[in-house]
Amino acid sequence: MTEPNYASEPLLSVQDMEKHFPVTKGLLKRQVGAVKAVDGISFDVFKGETLGLVGESGCGKSTTGRLVTRLLEPTAGKVVFEGQDITHMSQGRLRPLRRDMQMIFQDPYSSLNPRHTVGAIVGAPFRIQGVQTENGIKKAVQDILSLVGLNPEHYNRYPHEFSGGQRQRIGIARTLALKPKLIIADEPVSALDVSIQAQVVNLLEDLQNELDLTYVVIAHDLSVVRHISDRVAVMYLGKIVEIADRKRLYSSPMHPYTNALLSAVPVPDPKARKGRERIRLAGDVPSPLNPPPACRFHTRCWKAQEICKTVEPPLGEVASGHRVACHFPENAVETPAATAAAEQS
Amino acid sequence: MTAPLDVPGSAAEAQPESVLAGAGKDIQGRSLTRIAWMRLRRDKVALGGGVVVVLLILVAIFSGPIISVFGHDPLEFHQEAIDQSTLLPQGSFGNMGSEYLLGVEPVNGRDIFSRIVAGAWISLLIGFLATLVSVVIGTVLGVVAGYFGGWVDQVIGRIMDVFLAFPLLVFAIALAGVVPDKGFGLEGNGLRIAMLIFIIGFFSWPSIGRIVRGQTLSLREREFVDAARSLGARHGYILFREVLPNLLAPILVYATLLIPTNILFEASLSFLGVGINPPTPTWGGMLSEAVRFYTLPHFVLFPGLAIFITVLAFNLFGDGLRDAFDPRAH
Ligand SMILES: Nc1ncnc2c1ncn2[C@@H]1O[C@H](COP(=O)(O)OP(=O)(O)O)[C@@H](O)[C@H]1O
Ligand code: SF4
Ligand SMILES: [Mg+2]
Repeated sequence: MTEPNYASEPLLSVQDMEKHFPVTKGLLKRQVGAVKAVDGISFDVFKGETLGLVGESGCGKSTTGRLVTRLLEPTAGKVVFEGQDITHMSQGRLRPLRRDMQMIFQDPYSSLNPRHTVGAIVGAPFRIQGVQTENGIKKAVQDILSLVGLNPEHYNRYPHEFSGGQRQRIGIARTLALKPKLIIADEPVSALDVSIQAQVVNLLEDLQNELDLTYVVIAHDLSVVRHISDRVAVMYLGKIVEIADRKRLYSSPMHPYTNALLSAVPVPDPKARKGRERIRLAGDVPSPLNPPPACRFHTRCWKAQEICKTVEPPLGEVASGHRVACHFPENAVETPAATAAAEQS
Repeated sequence: MTAPLDVPGSAAEAQPESVLAGAGKDIQGRSLTRIAWMRLRRDKVALGGGVVVVLLILVAIFSGPIISVFGHDPLEFHQEAIDQSTLLPQGSFGNMGSEYLLGVEPVNGRDIFSRIVAGAWISLLIGFLATLVSVVIGTVLGVVAGYFGGWVDQVIGRIMDVFLAFPLLVFAIALAGVVPDKGFGLEGNGLRIAMLIFIIGFFSWPSIGRIVRGQTLSLREREFVDAARSLGARHGYILFREVLPNLLAPILVYATLLIPTNILFEASLSFLGVGINPPTPTWGGMLSEAVRFYTLPHFVLFPGLAIFITVLAFNLFGDGLRDAFDPRAH
């Protein structure tokens, strides 16, 4: 097993990335606003690591994944993959790079073409990229099928003949065909039965060890990414509010939103469960069409003060590798808000 | 060049859920088409419609031999079958019998059976080819509009609106009136048949175009299209390999339902005297002559029945096809 290499240059670097979907009205398509799905996020992903990306539904996680894989054009910011700026690279020049960066999709029913056999689906990457295989595409596909725990003899079967978990394995097999370096997994298990989720997560973990993969795993709660992640980033309404290595994030979360998410995670150890009470978040996630000013979480935060509504808290480093965007973080020795307030006056 | 993955499948070992029972050599999957076919076979009504459709097609194809064995030349006059004082068919039931299976027409005594069989050929020919024209136009424009969206979709959408709002019957009557006797290397009714195929097909594509556009629009959003794009697939690959295979079933269903509409349309035009010119036998033309002889039920009945049975059979079969391909659409 390879340990993540934090010393070298990151495999993927996202810098101040934004995606605003225009909202138009009327016959002339006049722009009346924008859905700020992703609103200025930055993070690095290092070779061999797994970055968890967590946040409630609608906070821009899928959009982030689709921006990184250039299924969407960013409104602003930069995407750097292996040192190359791919933000505005043409699809033609991007094509060879796509072998190195693949995406696992959320819905195992929508992500496989119902008219294609498993063999055609998993073999598509070879055909699209014009890659030659030593013993033919069929042999290569069957090897990958057994690698992900599917029966290679089911090569000629159709997606609807498989269960949800098996279908997700087919989707995973497709991403592995070209031996990518980076895999973005967009909620890879949230559509699956709870009893199967662990198996698919374990499969991803095993594959990472065997094939030297780097992952960005997207999830809407903190329990799924707990075991697989090396670092975790928490998103709220198009922004990263906290990012830290796994241990720190789960043992001493600092952002109130992270605390709220964490309190929803079931704790197996009854001793640890004591002294932790469940935080219920008031209200719904506000619309990204019109996000709250300054700290976007202030409409639901139980610690909110006046400053939270007027001054946006920066994503500041509070400890090595631990960044948080909050004026009054939890588990903190000294509050950055005090410093910030002092600077203000 | 990338070599195939050759990692031993240790990741696969602890995965009981994934190991499917029933190992065998190269298990053949059941495609959605095969499943639809199995459902269709259980639908007796649709199957009945299908059998009639097949029979009609056979009759149309072999109309020549059928007529020469069971009837007379459809254009031939048979004065001997006509009562010369009333000009009506001799005997009862319009002179039906072993000589003239469905009786004869009044005045000139043409064999109704032969004319119905010959009419089947023209009806089905125009019904099928006009539908082919509209399927081709509708599919191409519908896929382009749905896949590319934006202004392309806007333009094609407006064109569809114009065609749907067009007073087709009035236009067809006007156009049919000015068609010359010769043109495009064709003449007489050959030219009129080609023109009817073109007019009917050209004006009925928007219905299929809208369905194809809507389906393409929803297919485009499916994640398998994103998966292909993230693999670097070009538009042509996505259109032909990912989108089109999912459109074949709805296109087949709506084409089957469009054929009877087009057959009726041809019958209406011929009934109004702007379709195929007499004496060439068509069901619509026969009906329009028959309405003048309302005392002769067999003269109206048989062409009317032919149209009715044909339209009904295609519709029953088409509805069954739709249910077979989409069991939720009941
Ligand atoms: N193509 C699009 N056009 C307009 N709005 C979009 C589009 N895709 C996503 N959005 C909006 O962007 C926001 C973030 O969506 P998404 O990234 O899918 O969130 P998540 O994956 O975290 O649930 C949502 O409010 C969603 O409605
Ligand atoms: S900045 Fe204020 S409102 Fe925002 S999370 Fe921190 S305490 Fe809550
Ligand atoms: Mg999502």
